[in-house]
Amino acid sequence: MSDSFELQYPGSALGNAPAPVSPSNVPNRGGEVNPSAAALREQFGDAISRVEVVWGDTNVYVRPDRALDVIRWLHDDPTQRYDYLSDVTAVEYRDADFPIEVIWHLRSLPFRRFLRVKAQLEKNAPLEVTSVWSIYKCADWLERECFDMFGIKFVGHPDLRRILMWEQYREGFPLRKDFPLRGRFSRAEQLRQALAANPEARYSMEELSIADAFEDLPTEMRSRLRGGERTGE
Amino acid sequence: MGLTPRPEKRVVEYNPTSQEGWVATRLDFLVNWGRANSLWPMPFGTACCAIEFMATAASRFDLARFGMERMSFSPRQADVLICAGRVPFKLAPVIRRIWQQMPQPKWAIAMGACASTGNIFDNYAVVQGIDTIIPVDVYVPGCPPRPEGLMYGIMLLQEKVKRERMTDEGIRNEMEPDPNSKLYIPAPVIDELSEPFGNSVHQTRSGL
Repeated sequence: MSDSFELQYPGSALGNAPAPVSPSNVPNRGGEVNPSAAALREQFGDAISRVEVVWGDTNVYVRPDRALDVIRWLHDDPTQRYDYLSDVTAVEYRDADFPIEVIWHLRSLPFRRFLRVKAQLEKNAPLEVTSVWSIYKCADWLERECFDMFGIKFVGHPDLRRILMWEQYREGFPLRKDFPLRGRFSRAEQLRQALAANPEARYSMEELSIADAFEDLPTEMRSRLRGGERTGE
Repeated sequence: MGLTPRPEKRVVEYNPTSQEGWVATRLDFLVNWGRANSLWPMPFGTACCAIEFMATAASRFDLARFGMERMSFSPRQADVLICAGRVPFKLAPVIRRIWQQMPQPKWAIAMGACASTGNIFDNYAVVQGIDTIIPVDVYVPGCPPRPEGLMYGIMLLQEKVKRERMTDEGIRNEMEPDPNSKLYIPAPVIDELSEPFGNSVHQTRSGL
């Protein structure tokens, strides 16, 4: 005989459960709010939909169309000076209203602050958000990875193409919830396609212009190369 | 560990029906002895197995005892390809090209569970065993294998090399299957007949 099952770990939905804390006594919800959040509220008003503190880190939810303005202000304003972009990523929820959100991890080295900016993309709208490449050059590869895994288009990115999977990958976006773990094609087909690829066709745009693999690239990428487009700076 | 030393087999048996003369067998012995004790490895390290491989090559375990101290980072001067780590599909054409660049005679060791079968990475990105791309002589189990395990695999490979015969025509035959042959079975049929096998229900045997 065993007792009825109850969630026992901290953070469970039990009414009498103690509020969960981390080993160093950081509470799960609540705590000290990053002062940048109040400054953002003052500066942008309605564009900031929600502010919450999770495990000691402040999350700020912004409207996707204002995300670039918010991040640019955080970077440029002398009282904020978020000069370091740690990460750009996305999360897909099985949520009817906000299926997918884009997340920027910002760090202010002069003020020793960390801020997480989230933009929940609208449902039934194209998966698009403005690129922050014009502010942080390191966003180049981060946004490419995000595009590769989720298919989110970063408008204004100089060279938005796949970075982890290869150019000719046709199975979709692997981190989407509807993507099967083993991919869409059979193992035999996956291997056939992979072996048919030209290993040289993975160079950067600059190297590609001198490599032999030019003809193996997709048409759209070739046309971009012909136009003299270059990556990065 | 079950790593008992194998009895060394230096005597080449004489079989009168095998049409081989004494000279040829002694020459085989000499050539195989030379090849088995100077295998130059081409390390293809992609993951944690490569760390164990480095430990094997370093002073404590000392791969040089087997004549393998010369890591050949150019496939054109290599004898044995040691694939240590998981191989994603993006690397599949790379490892095949490296294998094709290696001159004969050549052998391959799949070191660790990922290179042998794909291990737990039964997902969209990882090749389910490099034997779907290149022929493999020795599979070393483990995640990652201990250096002793890799050395045992190398000793097995040496034993395999020592048993080779020049008169064996089937050895190191790299011919593609002939579609006009009556024995030819198309790849989809092989896939259909052989499915499933390994740790994945989607893994197929034809390699195509």
